[in-house]
Amino acid sequence: MGRYVARRLLQMIPVFIGSTLLIFLMMYALPGDPVRAMWGEQAIDEAQIASIKHDLGLDLPLWQQYWNYVSGLFQGDFGTQIASQRPVADVIADAIPVTLRLALFAFVFTVVVGISLGVLAGLKADRWLDKGVLFFTLLLVSVPSFVLGYLFQFIFAMKLGWLTPTVQNSEDFGQLFMPAIVLGSLSLAYVTRLTRTSIAENKRADYIRTAVAKGLPRRRVVGIHLLRNSMIPVVTFLGTDLGALLGGAVVTEGIFNVQGIGREIYEALNRHEGSTVVGIVTLLVIVYLCASLIVDLLYAVLDPRIRYA
Amino acid sequence: MRGAKSAKWVVGAIVVAMAATACNGGGDSKSSSGSGGKPAGYVSVDVGEPQNPLYPTDTNETLGHYVITALYSPLVKFDDKGKILNVAAESITTEDSKTWTIKLKSGWTFHNGEKVTAQSYVDAWNWGANIKNNQKNSLWFNDIKGYEDVHPEKGDPKSDKMSGLTAKDELTLSVELKNPVPYFQYKLGYVPFMPQPQAFFKDPKGFGQKPVGQGPYKFEKWDHKKLIQVAAYDGYKGDDKPKNKGVQFKQYSTVEAAYQELMSGNLDLIRQIGPKDLPKYKSDLGDRAIDKPYAAVQSIVPAFYSEPFKGIDPKVIQGLSMAIDRQTITKTVLNGTRTPATSFTPPGVEGNQSDLGVDVFKFDPAKAKDLIKEGGGVPGNKIWIQFNGDGGHKEWITAVCENIRQNTGVECLADPKPDFQADLDLRDQNKVKAMYRGGWVADYPLNVNFMRELYKTGAEANSGRFSDKGIDELMEKGDNAKTLEESVKLYQEAEKAMVQKMPSIPLWNYRINGGHSKTTDNVVVDYRGDYVMTEVTPK
Repeated sequence: MGRYVARRLLQMIPVFIGSTLLIFLMMYALPGDPVRAMWGEQAIDEAQIASIKHDLGLDLPLWQQYWNYVSGLFQGDFGTQIASQRPVADVIADAIPVTLRLALFAFVFTVVVGISLGVLAGLKADRWLDKGVLFFTLLLVSVPSFVLGYLFQFIFAMKLGWLTPTVQNSEDFGQLFMPAIVLGSLSLAYVTRLTRTSIAENKRADYIRTAVAKGLPRRRVVGIHLLRNSMIPVVTFLGTDLGALLGGAVVTEGIFNVQGIGREIYEALNRHEGSTVVGIVTLLVIVYLCASLIVDLLYAVLDPRIRYA
Repeated sequence: MRGAKSAKWVVGAIVVAMAATACNGGGDSKSSSGSGGKPAGYVSVDVGEPQNPLYPTDTNETLGHYVITALYSPLVKFDDKGKILNVAAESITTEDSKTWTIKLKSGWTFHNGEKVTAQSYVDAWNWGANIKNNQKNSLWFNDIKGYEDVHPEKGDPKSDKMSGLTAKDELTLSVELKNPVPYFQYKLGYVPFMPQPQAFFKDPKGFGQKPVGQGPYKFEKWDHKKLIQVAAYDGYKGDDKPKNKGVQFKQYSTVEAAYQELMSGNLDLIRQIGPKDLPKYKSDLGDRAIDKPYAAVQSIVPAFYSEPFKGIDPKVIQGLSMAIDRQTITKTVLNGTRTPATSFTPPGVEGNQSDLGVDVFKFDPAKAKDLIKEGGGVPGNKIWIQFNGDGGHKEWITAVCENIRQNTGVECLADPKPDFQADLDLRDQNKVKAMYRGGWVADYPLNVNFMRELYKTGAEANSGRFSDKGIDELMEKGDNAKTLEESVKLYQEAEKAMVQKMPSIPLWNYRINGGHSKTTDNVVVDYRGDYVMTEVTPK
């Protein structure tokens, strides 16, 4: 087990180098010069542009810039933003807790509500409850998140006045409530569908019949025997979904004024802040890798027949 | 029991992850716990994170400009007709437009208690002009004698002082320019010309995050990407003493989110309304809606090196201008956010001539056709308008093109570039296919600012590479005029001459569309379309 984990961790190194290099090259290939762009349509000053580029090392050849960036990374230096002159590490450190809070909130919501609905629908397959859940989840899948976001804002904040329309303080879970629900609702629909199908299928498996025949209480049959064996597809989906919740929340973060990672990437891309984009995307890649490692380990927990040596 | 053993691993991993986030959360709570609320008597405005550290000499965008002008007071400011009013300056005088004497008002102090002296200005300007300090507004000092010594084209600066700047006594500043600039006092109203306390030069980096100025407000805190808070400065000596206790500049990720906050009373002032809310904001806000013009022009500019416009007869450009129905487009496509332009300069700047005595800016399809025919037409009978696709320009560019195509028969295509950087890149490299979208907001409210910087041969912002001897001569005459009045007049002549040469097609002037909350009053807009924060009164 330990060796397996170590091997998986080692595999992250080439992935890390490859992804940073790729993103670095992509940022470099974008047309337009971020230093020049700071002047906009105003009169520009070539000497000053050259001086700023020199100080930031942007006048060096590409390979040297990449080398400086990566060797900086290993010393904990994520680089400096061009315009604000703030260390990228500070910028990321500001945004990460906000995003993590939002993502975990949305994630917990997805897991708890999604699996419960799925189990209920699966147990009552093809009955009215199942049809109702099917309709509800189809609705969530087909409505784009910004429509849902504005709708929630209109109903719960403007009309009913229960919640603040946007997030002022990301520590207040009451304020994070709406964005988390909107963010989690799409995944919720998928989780419900996956759980429902899996439960409905395993319900007729031999070991369930055995468990019922043994006279086990229904709670134990469903909670342990059925649920545990039905979780593998759901866990696989949840693992990759965590990454998406962290990095792909640009739209939701925009509607609800959450100053998180998604927003940060979007703004950095607009300004061609290479080091910021590479830094955040690298972090997200690592999150994806860790999530998929945890998912793989969870397989072994859920199904004892799966072993890692 | 393989299952149980691996479960331990998983639980361990999750615990570590949770601990890490909890720890982060805890650390963050100290700095941001107060950012939700607003102290009594303060007003809030949707001004997001400034692009740069808070240096007056590095700030060239609106957001930073808001914060800098709260913390620092300029030597002069302008009324809504573009006339000069002294703020930190007692008087600004010159004999020959070359040597300027600036007398400061006495008794002013920085927020740290230090006295404001002529030396505070000299040192700050020398620092800002020095190429080593990488300040974006350094070019603004290039009128001053000795600028080349601190800001050479290449290599290291020869000196850290401009020879033209001297502090005559504690409150008298003498500025010697390289050449006469009759409108130099107008430039002094722009942000780079602010003083800095002595402590600044010991730790510029720290001051960029925590500036100390001599303006109406003193700096309180900067919660990055969330808000900047400033408090009224008790020791402020200027006439524009704040009528509120302080200001919160709050970041919103979208204009729509800010609008929601204004509606629910969590935000006092909003500077812009998103396209989604534009059609209804006036009925939402009633008399709290703000809709005022300011000194900025949007135009489409021919690239005079491109195939369609190389050596073109200006009559053709006049024809294109007359084919555009400015009235209808501003009303419909732009939702009344602009006013049709009638000259190269916007109203509200000194020297603006609202009527140039020509019909070039009128919508007249028949005459447009005739003029284009007379001028020999557009080579290839096809033009493109280049713009940045991420700036919300697509709708009106399409409408303008539709006008041109229908009314003149010249094929017109929108030519979007992915973003502003890519757009600028092509302009700098002379690779614009035919025309580009141009926008210019007044740095100082004088007609000169809308002509010299944009259309003089070789001017840095002249990306259309327009060049005309006659117009250059008129502008040079204006630059060498004895007095400001004379200079403004000569530039007015240049503007009249420009109608016959058409360096660009001015389309419309900007308006600010915003609003304020029920708990604020007395919201005034200045020539740049910015709210005058000192005037806002909380109710």
